[in-house]
Amino acid sequence: MSGIECFVGGIALLGPGLPGWAASQAVLSGSEPWQDTPVTIPPPAMLAPVERRRTSLVVRLALAVSAEAVGDTGLEAEGLDTVFASSNGDGAVVGAILDALAISEGAVSPTQFHNSVHNAAAGYWGIGARSTRPSISLGCHRDSFPMGLLHAASQVAGRGVPVLFCAYDAPLPEPLAPLHPTDFPFAMACVLTPERLPCSRARLTLQYVPTADDAVDPPSAWEEMERGNPAARSLPLLAALAAGRARTVALPLLDGGRLDIEVSP
Amino acid sequence: MHSAFFPLALSAYTAVSAIGTGLDATRKALQDRQGGLRPAEPDDAPARWVGRVTDIEAVELPPELARFSCRNNRLAELALRQDGFAAAVEHARQRFGAGRVAVILGTSTSGIAETEAAYRRRPKGQTALPDDFDFAATHDLFSLPRFVRARLGLSGPAFSISTACTSGARAFMEASTMIQLGLCDAAVVGGVDTLCRMTLQGFGSLALLSEGPTRPCASDRDGITVGEAAGFALVVAPQHAPSGTPVLLGAGASSDGHHMSSPHPEGLGAVSAMQAALAASGLEPGQIDYINLHGTGTRANDSMEARAVAHLFGREVPCSSTKGWTGHTLGASGALEAVIAALSIQDGLMPGCLGVTEIDPEFEIDIVTANRSAPIRHVLSNSFGFGGSNCSLIIGAPAGAGA
Repeated sequence: MSGIECFVGGIALLGPGLPGWAASQAVLSGSEPWQDTPVTIPPPAMLAPVERRRTSLVVRLALAVSAEAVGDTGLEAEGLDTVFASSNGDGAVVGAILDALAISEGAVSPTQFHNSVHNAAAGYWGIGARSTRPSISLGCHRDSFPMGLLHAASQVAGRGVPVLFCAYDAPLPEPLAPLHPTDFPFAMACVLTPERLPCSRARLTLQYVPTADDAVDPPSAWEEMERGNPAARSLPLLAALAAGRARTVALPLLDGGRLDIEVSP
Repeated sequence: MHSAFFPLALSAYTAVSAIGTGLDATRKALQDRQGGLRPAEPDDAPARWVGRVTDIEAVELPPELARFSCRNNRLAELALRQDGFAAAVEHARQRFGAGRVAVILGTSTSGIAETEAAYRRRPKGQTALPDDFDFAATHDLFSLPRFVRARLGLSGPAFSISTACTSGARAFMEASTMIQLGLCDAAVVGGVDTLCRMTLQGFGSLALLSEGPTRPCASDRDGITVGEAAGFALVVAPQHAPSGTPVLLGAGASSDGHHMSSPHPEGLGAVSAMQAALAASGLEPGQIDYINLHGTGTRANDSMEARAVAHLFGREVPCSSTKGWTGHTLGASGALEAVIAALSIQDGLMPGCLGVTEIDPEFEIDIVTANRSAPIRHVLSNSFGFGGSNCSLIIGAPAGAGA
């Protein structure tokens, strides 16, 4: 098949040593060295105080990059379909509920329970953006970024609508943490559109390859961070976009197969 | 420009829920008005009633896939064995190639019951979970499509959708876009969710569990009964399906943008999802013959949904919820009810709500409480969920079928 095409603009990220798109471009493109600094996650300005208080770290992480990405496009947040992808979802909330369930008479709180759904970040985005547009949330373990991007690009190409795509993950609490190591919070977001806009940085052409051969990219400069957070698997793509050079990023998938992302500035 | 919805034929489908394993049992339960809700077991506290699938425990996964063993994947396995479903997928695999068949499945809690058990299995004073607990293959949301994909020998793209109680319905909708684009030629779509403490206690904490079996649309309804189910369909472009195959004619989704767990009181999100599904199908409201409501049995959901349906359809279209039979099967409900919609069309049956003595007098819609027989060409099926997620599907009779 021919690839799935869309344009990408309004790019955002938050991770260790990567405090937003504008501040990270030099590091991403390799002209400045990466330095490990902690992630600072701002409270979501888009939510009213009562809702803001209910948001956890991971929801704030997702909303922060989503708001930054949309802010750079000039598009209205409320008019965008959304795709949120995360391996752990709100692992802290799920972990707290599991702790409560493990002790007899442990009580689950109503707020914890509704925040535990995998689409919690999407739900808060909808409330904050006052958006009634369709939203989908995916959980594809280590493949959450590549499959989320493929899903979002499919919506853009198939339905002809702009889509906000956000991939995010934060560390799991004990005793889940060692079972799926997520070493630091990381999130990225971008707006995918069917046509080129003033904010567009590149055309993406996505190709799902069911059976991968061995010939994949040389190890990425971001390999260690990619291992430390499923959403950080976006770094080779973000680095290509920051460098503004044509490149094909190949992301191997968990059970064989590969996603090829051709970046054409 | 891209707005035309790409219809999909349900070339094979099956379901397992508290009312039966496979289509024959499901159809018979609906015709005989035999619900599947039963008094809860002590472990199900604080639920008083549940919609349990009793055959799950006996199901073994193929030995090479044993690491995926958990209640959710055992229920998936049980469903894959029904109605020639696995054989139909094998046929599609040979026809299109393993890499051209996608797996797009919805679940809200995947195998979390396994995690709950792992927490409880720890010796006193130990924090670490037992060594034999396989997080990625059971707890993780991706476990379900990974298991199903491996079980069916597929290598097309795999997606796990988790939009709370719309997950299973969204899987059908997303497949349309992907097949339209040529990302795949066929897709195994559906949803699976199983009973676990997290959802039972969670809905308990919200005071949303019914005292007796749930009675959606009743004036004295008092909440949901949580159930478990698997619903699967093999979907392809209509020209690749045999004649006589029901078709997904349209689908629409929306967000409430209102509150995390309470629906918009006027049902604005529900209205726009139904409108989008109608627009996608090219049908007028008067062409819908039956609406399978989300109808969870809570005060808020059913009132909101009745207002939303009344706004678009008035009293013209008969409506019912089948959750009085199956319970609310959460992320599986949209898939299970899409299968029930297909059965309704085949059998010309509108299953009337179970256990309703008096319909909520404020509902200005045609609620069916006794089974009705009538020719049915088009069914609208609603799913709504936490996070303000809404999805409506329209399933239609096979092209050319008389009705």
